[in-house]
Amino acid sequence: MAVTAEGSATKQPLVLGTPNRWRGAWVPWLWIGPAVAFVVIFLVYPVVSTLWLSLYNFDSTAFVFLDNYRHIFTDRNMLVVLRNNIIWLILGTAFTVFLGLIIAVLADRVRIESLVKSAIFIPMAISFVGAGVIWNFMYQFTPAGTTQVGLLNALVTRIGLAPQAWLIDERINNLALIAVYVWMWTGFCMVILSAALKGVPTDIIEAARMDGASELNIFFRVIVPMISPTIAVVATTMVINVLKIFDIVYVMTGGNFNTSVVAYEYYRQAFNFTDSGISSALAVVLLLAVIPIMYFNIRRFRAQEAQR
Amino acid sequence: MSATNNPVDPAQIAVGEEFGAGPSAAARLEGEPATVGERLARWASGGVVTVVVVLIALLWSVPTFGLFISSFRPAAAIRDSGWWTGLVPPWHFTLDNYATVLQSQGIGQAFINSLIIAIPGTILPVMVAAFAAYAFAWMRFPGRDWIFLGIVALLVVPLQMTLGPILAIFTSLNLTGEYLSIWLAHTAFGLPFAVYLLRNFFGALPSDLLESARIDGASHLRIFGNILLPLAVPALASLVIFQFMWVWNDLLIALVVLGGNPDKSPLTVNVANLVNSFGTNYEVLTSAAFISMALPLVVFFSLQRYFVRGILAGSVKG
Repeated sequence: MAVTAEGSATKQPLVLGTPNRWRGAWVPWLWIGPAVAFVVIFLVYPVVSTLWLSLYNFDSTAFVFLDNYRHIFTDRNMLVVLRNNIIWLILGTAFTVFLGLIIAVLADRVRIESLVKSAIFIPMAISFVGAGVIWNFMYQFTPAGTTQVGLLNALVTRIGLAPQAWLIDERINNLALIAVYVWMWTGFCMVILSAALKGVPTDIIEAARMDGASELNIFFRVIVPMISPTIAVVATTMVINVLKIFDIVYVMTGGNFNTSVVAYEYYRQAFNFTDSGISSALAVVLLLAVIPIMYFNIRRFRAQEAQR
Repeated sequence: MSATNNPVDPAQIAVGEEFGAGPSAAARLEGEPATVGERLARWASGGVVTVVVVLIALLWSVPTFGLFISSFRPAAAIRDSGWWTGLVPPWHFTLDNYATVLQSQGIGQAFINSLIIAIPGTILPVMVAAFAAYAFAWMRFPGRDWIFLGIVALLVVPLQMTLGPILAIFTSLNLTGEYLSIWLAHTAFGLPFAVYLLRNFFGALPSDLLESARIDGASHLRIFGNILLPLAVPALASLVIFQFMWVWNDLLIALVVLGGNPDKSPLTVNVANLVNSFGTNYEVLTSAAFISMALPLVVFFSLQRYFVRGILAGSVKG
């Protein structure tokens, strides 16, 4: 009796009343089922649906094929939006990665490393909305001759220059917005790159130093090549992030003064103008831009799996 | 294994690196003290680097610090003078701004709404992802790797691709403006990263551990609950913090999904509305913004190491 009871306990199916031979087959689906359902309903289906809607007119009643895309790539305002996104993409990615790397290298050499890194990293915890308020305040502008309450204009007027309308002047406003992003995300890059730096064996650096290599040479010829895989990962993460930038523009300029970007324009077209065709096409443009990265990620992942 | 072939093993980096952990280069390179002159030179250059680094850190902190100081200054002072002038005595700091926004601008309610949104919006995806990650790591079934790769690929899909159809789904179910809709949306958007991170973590555990439990007759549910989850506490903690911050700081999804329902709006939406309607009334904006940052900052400072670990596990390993 005892033996059979024990035996049945070990063979007890996960779900009572299920024949054993079926157990192995469908149990995994029970475990991944909820996740797959969420992903299919809220991600896969909407993506397919948006692809489809982008070929229709504003209220999805008439098939217009690629007209929405033609509009995006020919309309003057849309071209400004695309241009802004490219500026964002290049400067936002370059500055966050570059500054992140520089700060990681410098912080690695001082004793108060963790304190310094925390200071750079804190903005990560703040929402884009909060950062928008912080920087609206930094960028505050009043006409020349009046007291400048914004720190930047106070500094600018102190050294004798005219106060700048940072968020309105179309020569600098995109840069001013990108600066906010850089302020927020440099810490992210720094943390990852710093971890990679710690993985560079010290004896290699010491050997290079013995051979008389200068610090700059060591940085560019030894350290950068060794952590280049990590730099690539960080840069692609930043690209994906920057492409979708929305909140900063929404809070700080509302897309005015030629500062709109694709993700913000999407929001306006979809929810202010209820133009489902153009907005879907804009979303597809974003998707197309990340597909190479998706491919890159999957390849990297498979390479890693093969290694284990 | 030569270091040049495989310069940085991502797996090694991802484990155990935190702020301050691991010796800094300063400590690592402090080998033999050479001549007095060299030591002096090293000390001097070290001093320069320290000064530069401290300056950068201060520069980075100034904007937040300015907002913080301003939020305690009287409205007239904020309007007429820079916040830095408030740093010198005589000090006039006040809590009035906070009292105002909490009472009259709905910030108190928005804070509660943010919690109502963020707590289930964090627990739900982590739970769903943990089950799926277990299956992806330790069960065999046809199509396993492809389904997993499919989910990983969705990591980079822009939210914008999904919002319109998702809103249509919620509208047809009469769920727009309800908390349930935003919980579901955040669960879906958080899943790819969560599944990915946890699967990597579970997959890295020694297989003997699970096989011996299997031989002892433990069910999957038991292995999952009694062996894996306790081991996964650090990974789960990173994930929970990440997801919580992401949901708490989200603006876009709340705007779209909760759209016309100001009673249920989280802090981000509320503060963004204040920016639009109050423009330069910084006594309202500064204190409201600070209230919206308070919780993430506390979470960040108390659980920084998990946060950093999550970032590393998510991007370096991946």
